[in-house]
Amino acid sequence: MTNVDLARVEFAFVSINHFFFVPITIGLAFLTALLQTAWHRSGRDDYLRLTRFFGTLLVINVAIGVVTGIVQEFQFGMNWGAYSRLVGNIFGAPLAMEGLAAFFLESTFLGLWLFGWDRLPRRIHLLTIWAVAFGSALSAAFILAANSWMQHPVGYTMVNGKPQLNDIWALFTNPVFVWGYSKVLFVSLVTGTMVMLAVSAWQLRHGGDREVFTRSARLALIVLVPAILFTLLVGDELGVIEGRYQPMKIAAAEAQWTTCQPCSFSLFQIGGGNNDQTPTEIIAIPHLLSLLATNHWNGQVVGLNPLQSQYSKQYGAGYYVPNVFIQYWAMRVMAYLGALVLLLSLWGLWLIRRKKLATSRRFLWVAVWAAVLPFLMNTAGWFLTESGRQPWIVQGIMLTKNGISPTVSVTTLWISLVIFILLYGTLGTVDLILMLKYSREQLPPPRTETDADAPVPAVLY
Amino acid sequence: MGNLIPFWYIIITILWTGFFVLEGFDFGVGMLHSVIGTDEAGRRAAINTIGPLWDGNEVWLIVAGAAMFAAFPGWYATMFSAYNLALVLLLASLIVRGVAFEYRGKRDAARWRRTWDVLLTVGSVLAPLLIGVALAGLLHGLPINSSQNFTGSFWDLLQPYALWTGVTLVLVCLLHGATFLCLKTTGDMEQRSWQVARRVAPVTAAFVIGFIIWTHVTASTTFFLNVIELLAILAVLAAVWLVYDHREGFAFAATTVTIASCIIALFVDLYPNVMVSSTNPAYNLTVHNTASGGYTLKVMTVIVIIFLPVVLAYQTWTYYVFRRRVSRQEFEPPAPSHGAATEPEPRPTAPSSQPGS
Repeated sequence: MTNVDLARVEFAFVSINHFFFVPITIGLAFLTALLQTAWHRSGRDDYLRLTRFFGTLLVINVAIGVVTGIVQEFQFGMNWGAYSRLVGNIFGAPLAMEGLAAFFLESTFLGLWLFGWDRLPRRIHLLTIWAVAFGSALSAAFILAANSWMQHPVGYTMVNGKPQLNDIWALFTNPVFVWGYSKVLFVSLVTGTMVMLAVSAWQLRHGGDREVFTRSARLALIVLVPAILFTLLVGDELGVIEGRYQPMKIAAAEAQWTTCQPCSFSLFQIGGGNNDQTPTEIIAIPHLLSLLATNHWNGQVVGLNPLQSQYSKQYGAGYYVPNVFIQYWAMRVMAYLGALVLLLSLWGLWLIRRKKLATSRRFLWVAVWAAVLPFLMNTAGWFLTESGRQPWIVQGIMLTKNGISPTVSVTTLWISLVIFILLYGTLGTVDLILMLKYSREQLPPPRTETDADAPVPAVLY
Repeated sequence: MGNLIPFWYIIITILWTGFFVLEGFDFGVGMLHSVIGTDEAGRRAAINTIGPLWDGNEVWLIVAGAAMFAAFPGWYATMFSAYNLALVLLLASLIVRGVAFEYRGKRDAARWRRTWDVLLTVGSVLAPLLIGVALAGLLHGLPINSSQNFTGSFWDLLQPYALWTGVTLVLVCLLHGATFLCLKTTGDMEQRSWQVARRVAPVTAAFVIGFIIWTHVTASTTFFLNVIELLAILAVLAAVWLVYDHREGFAFAATTVTIASCIIALFVDLYPNVMVSSTNPAYNLTVHNTASGGYTLKVMTVIVIIFLPVVLAYQTWTYYVFRRRVSRQEFEPPAPSHGAATEPEPRPTAPSSQPGS
């Protein structure tokens, strides 16, 4: 592998792993804050027990989310030096804002929440978990603004062939950012609620407190239904917007080599990829691609071949088609899994209406295993977004192969890649073991009448 | 617009200084937790002195890096590429350390805990060592070519001055952590913290004085030490005296000033360079040839002026909330008969139910 390949593999590896923990953190922080608010409002001990129970799961993930986040920030300078040098004055700004405005908030208040149970007045303590939830959601906003700039650069002028920031607001009104960030928020809620649902379902199947875990399963489902609906709707609109600025991305997601109007959407294909322009399509749904890519029944989707010749004229000779195989399948894995989650959530809602949520062993079994779906869905989504931008690191401004640190050797990259794989492999395993262990713990015992008003003991290391 | 460039150099100096002042004692506590805490309760007490604080402290490093990215992209790009492998090791240490805090108590098994204790100690030593080596390299010089690219290898980083700086920072963090533990623990743990501080202080002083003189000789053209260099030497001597005089608050203040002035001295002596080229002084990276455009600096100035005071306010509040001492008695397992009487559950192991007092 060349140093460009290795740097890309390393970045993909650390980012995918980091993004396992980000949506759980954002989602569970919000849900934990909801639970604690419910306790604060109602005074019901069940909510306090649930807050402590899911708060523990939150904390296990925040730890890894934070430390793997440092790796993300260092990656740009370590392996993508030329990129950092060229666009740091734009891309670095939201990153620095993220640290100052969001990371400090999130991590300082997490410490206050975790250790402050018996030190802070209840109202203040409730605010600390909301600060954690807000900080984690805010940090995603800044990094998404930076990422959206790579997909659709805005707010800059070219000075001596180098992009210079001249409008910071443009980064936050970038349509790719607005829709992309909304999607990340909804996806985080989906991830958090699916985890909460799975844990509650496991508990209900294995003799956990029925009343309490039915409550958390219901809360999870009630948040999940709108979250997955909005994820799908926002995702659809994001596709239209990305299609406008990155037509290659959308054309590759359908393996559409020639221009079509109206365009059909194939459920599956056999063959395909960059060297096979005539794969066998299985079940093509007429008009669906037009609708997905343009919001119009008869919308036109420009094919990869005409785009390739247009880009060659515009940017000089080169191959500008992203990996079609990855695009095609990432798109489908993401969409199909999203549909599965929607079906599951509707099933759960129907069971709530029938008051059978806690007793339907089939649903509970499915809900436990369905916890892997959002993670696969999120990963597929990032493949679609990031691989679809290739060969650009910044669309239209810099090619990925020109972005690497020119003097970092292949050996260095191999060493760092192996270290990260070993490290993340171990951490992932430990995290999974602990998540499973604590998901299967009993709830913290209810508090007796006498200490109902006493301070709640802090969680300690 | 020109004066925003020095302003941003000052901000970055402040961020690195803040990082070392705060995370410095976290590193020290990480190195010392098994020494100060001789049993499980003691080790937990030691770790819990920084429990609510270390995560927020570590963010100072992230923000220092991100601020360099935004304000001096050329510096960030060259430095982080040059230190590639060293940073991989640093990241590994920080990751291992971070999860060690979180995970060591999550399973009730002696071997599990010992493993995380060792990792926490090793990570806490390696992190300041590597950062010290990295910062020293900026000043001492590295092979950098005319297009601001590092042309050396990992071994070019390990110069005597860089290693001395790394060891100095480890020792300063160790002493800082010891004086912090003197303030935050009770009983025999406090006694042991004093013992460690007394042992470490003279060695640290020797290394700091050596570091300051070496830095001065490397970077300065004048004969006399500048104010901040003098301050570092005076502070570390004061720390030795205060440690032997058993003055806990002042001793911690002295190590705070020591660690801050060491970092500031390095940055002051570096300016206006940000990375010295050992290939050719004409290739030096300076604040001017690595800075972002005026608009970016203006935007970031507004952001930092708004947010840095807010961050300082709520971090100070956090220190106030968790100001009290932590004693090992809080972590001793309840007597078995008592536990059986109050806990009817067969598995009273959920961590969130572990009593704090």
